[in-house]
Amino acid sequence: MEFQLPEYNLRMMLPEIFLFLWALVVFLFDLLSKRRRESTVGYLTLLGLLICGGLLATTGYGRGFGNMFFSDPMALFFKVIFLGSAFMAVGSSFGIIKQKIVNHRGEYFGLIMLSTVGMMFLASSQELLSLWIGLELTTIPLFVLAAFFKDDKLSVEAGVKYFVFGAFSSALLLYGFSFLYGMSGTTEIVAMKMNLAALFIANGSLGVVPLVAMVMIIAGLGFKLSLPPFHQWAPDVYEGSPTPIAAFLSVGSKAAGLVAFAKIFVNGLWAFWGLEMAPNDWGYLTGILACAAMIYGNVVAIRQTNIKRMLAYSSIAQAGYIMIGMVAVNEWGLEAVAFYVFAYLFANMGAFAIVAIVEDKTGSCQIGTYRGLSQSSPGLAVCMAVFLLSLAGIPPLAGFLAKYKVFAAAISLAGQSQDYTWLYWLAGVGLLTAVFSLYYYANIIKQMYFSAEESPYRIKPNAPAVMVVAIGLIGVVLFGIYAEPILQFVKDIPAATGVIPR
Amino acid sequence: MEFPYLSSLIFVPIFGMVVVMLLPKENHKAIRWTATIISLIPMLVSFWLTWDYFVNFSGSAAMAYQEGPYSWIPSLNVQYFLGVDGISVPMLFLTGLLSTLSLLASFGITNRVKEYFAFFLLLEAGMMGVFVALDFFLFYVFWEIMLVPMYFLIGVWGGPRKEYAAIKFFLYTLFGSMFMLVSILILYFTSEPHTLNMMTLIETCPTLSHSLQMVCFIFFFIAFAIKVPVWPFHTWLPDAHVEAPTAVSVILAGVLLKMGTYAMLRVSWPMFPDALRTLSFWIAILGVIAIIYGALVSMAQKDLKKLVAYSSVSHMGYCMLALAAFSSVTAIAGCMFQMVSHGLITGALFLLVGVLYDRAHTREIAAFGGIGAKLPVYSGIMIFFSMAALGLPGMSGFVSEFMIFVGAFGALNKVLVGISVLGVVLGAAYMLRMVQRIFLGEFDKAKWGGLTEINFREIVTVAPLMVLTVAIGVYPAPLSNLMRATLENLVTLMAR
Repeated sequence: MEFQLPEYNLRMMLPEIFLFLWALVVFLFDLLSKRRRESTVGYLTLLGLLICGGLLATTGYGRGFGNMFFSDPMALFFKVIFLGSAFMAVGSSFGIIKQKIVNHRGEYFGLIMLSTVGMMFLASSQELLSLWIGLELTTIPLFVLAAFFKDDKLSVEAGVKYFVFGAFSSALLLYGFSFLYGMSGTTEIVAMKMNLAALFIANGSLGVVPLVAMVMIIAGLGFKLSLPPFHQWAPDVYEGSPTPIAAFLSVGSKAAGLVAFAKIFVNGLWAFWGLEMAPNDWGYLTGILACAAMIYGNVVAIRQTNIKRMLAYSSIAQAGYIMIGMVAVNEWGLEAVAFYVFAYLFANMGAFAIVAIVEDKTGSCQIGTYRGLSQSSPGLAVCMAVFLLSLAGIPPLAGFLAKYKVFAAAISLAGQSQDYTWLYWLAGVGLLTAVFSLYYYANIIKQMYFSAEESPYRIKPNAPAVMVVAIGLIGVVLFGIYAEPILQFVKDIPAATGVIPR
Repeated sequence: MEFPYLSSLIFVPIFGMVVVMLLPKENHKAIRWTATIISLIPMLVSFWLTWDYFVNFSGSAAMAYQEGPYSWIPSLNVQYFLGVDGISVPMLFLTGLLSTLSLLASFGITNRVKEYFAFFLLLEAGMMGVFVALDFFLFYVFWEIMLVPMYFLIGVWGGPRKEYAAIKFFLYTLFGSMFMLVSILILYFTSEPHTLNMMTLIETCPTLSHSLQMVCFIFFFIAFAIKVPVWPFHTWLPDAHVEAPTAVSVILAGVLLKMGTYAMLRVSWPMFPDALRTLSFWIAILGVIAIIYGALVSMAQKDLKKLVAYSSVSHMGYCMLALAAFSSVTAIAGCMFQMVSHGLITGALFLLVGVLYDRAHTREIAAFGGIGAKLPVYSGIMIFFSMAALGLPGMSGFVSEFMIFVGAFGALNKVLVGISVLGVVLGAAYMLRMVQRIFLGEFDKAKWGGLTEINFREIVTVAPLMVLTVAIGVYPAPLSNLMRATLENLVTLMAR
């Protein structure tokens, strides 16, 4: 057999390569400047992320490294989300690099960038091994980042906890992949799909092995997505790690998990070009996990007194809503997932940015700290209220449109096919728990607005933090009222990933 | 292109909100007057629309002043589509009038004035939007937008249990809205081609299967019934009304409750006639329960504001009874009359309760007695509206109740209607007892000697309501002519 070198087409990978090199530049700059140029390091990082975004826009669609590296609308869209969440996390870190992280600023920002590289790499891989490597590159810097406050017990605990859970779930994931590889003889997702389909036609069934693989993979990715019962790390890690890192975990890392999930299940295991051939057991399993996430996350969030823990539980619940879109595998489903993450990016990063701002000033993350904030810092309070209402799904904010898309996906598929009527129940659980969620989001608003006395804190946030909040606010309001360009863009995602034959 | 009157009803208050937010925080006077004067614009537009509709459009059931459908979110088929007919015009009139009057009645607010008036204007925009939207998505957006300012208005400026009342109101309504959202999505995906246009859906929905109609009808009913509120969904109402500041109670009773019945007439009644026929008996039962239960509970109240709040449950029960008698134009017209007249009368009653509370700092009925001697003007006005509320002939409440009973008697189970007539007697009982215990009897000079008479601004806020109550009561023909064509068309739609 003649061996043919794959077409490398490195140009496709330009943004990732650039960001990787830029991370090294930031490391070096911090060392060479004797760790004294605190904000310059941060601004350098922001600049790098912006340039990377620019490169991304000019790269275009295509493939490289044989069939391992794809640049399609889905990859592009999620890369924008990763870069956006990294940008906003870096922007809201300027307070803590002044006060808390004195010695390792270069490492802090560099690791955020490396983790982003991992996510971007993951979003482009169409092959199980490179996907797994991308996932590891995403997670390993985050272990370090979660434990970045070396003298803080909670932060160290967060790092260790995240590491133990993370390592365990990666192993599970890899084990699951090995089953798929054993069955199909390939690690390329598209080829795997074809081989499995051929096997299915030949034997009439695939037996129990795909089921085992499925359970392993769902458990492994369930960790990244913090779906119950794999969510236990989330509240502790969010509470302990630096607030911008918690934000990055809740949006960037979660979006990475979603991309991996979509690639393996929606693209790989589902898309057999016809409903009757689809092994949709993973749909039931994921549906149950999504229900658990929505119920558990929303109910437990009500009892929290620490805002970071509350947002952790809220992000567990939000993952549940996203998974509704994921299991609704028709032309609305993946679109809804993509749009949901997009809307969630602005609202959640914005909310965390405000938590970081308040924490920088007061040193506390207790919900009680927010009492009377509307009087002393009206601007911040308004922004926070808008972010929370968007997370709760109140129109005309982006979060509402996202929920609308997700529920629409579920209900349209439920109406299309008898096999999917259970999606009505999933949507029903989602809608009812959305009512619960309003309670704890409104609780923060209540603290900020309803108290008669004025907050003792007059908060003057630094410029990058203001910028992050402004980006969040503009995103949430603008894409609530005028989302058409984004909705048009996400329309290409299912077709491009081969979910829906068109 | 014609001037976008309906859009102006929505966007002028939003513009006003922005202006108010730009004013300096300390200048209370400027904020109050700016908000009130800006709210005059939608009020005058709504008056002009009512007049113009009456003159030019009331002969046909078609939508007037249509704007759109303009494409808003093309990939979701969401349109910006506004229009009014005979059932929305009276509601716009009521909203415009009560908003301005409530703003005028809010001059007593001294705490966080800027935020208060900004939220109030946003609330007005949301209410106007609900009454003019003809696209489901748009309708839902306005329906929800309104909850946010309401939540703040109750929660920041309310009474002692304001936080509880505010979140209860928000959660209850959102709970209902979720059901509405499911129905909207089901309708969207069952219509071919997919559409959210209410006018199209009214044409196509009756062809849906009976079971699907039932599901959608019940879901919509839950959403709207919470707003009305129909027994047993009413428990948010007494809390919200009692804790809310006076002007907000007026809006709650005068406009928000009408949204529920308006939405039934606009959406679920004409869209699902099959389901309506199946369920109308049960709806009538709910109506009768609300009438009797509301009246009995009112009778037991010690707090004046709570009494008025529960009387709303009873009065909205008449609307439900009328809506159950969907085959009778008289009953449906009676429902519309009741919506308008309840808005005027209960709005005024809340204003007047607020006047007394501002002076006496209590609303406990037993604490008063013989006030009539000390405050003759106030007492006169209050007794006038109490009489209107109990349905004294010559006032609007009598007209509406009479029409409802006449219509329902022909269309519904006669025993049910007979029982509901008892509500009128009970209504008279609680109103007269309240009048007797507050205004008549022994006057405690030591305790209430310092009470001052109702002032000019307060009289200005209730006078228009008095005039309209009498005008509709004595000469209801203009209002019924305005609505006739639309209602006749509705009744034929419901008879499909």
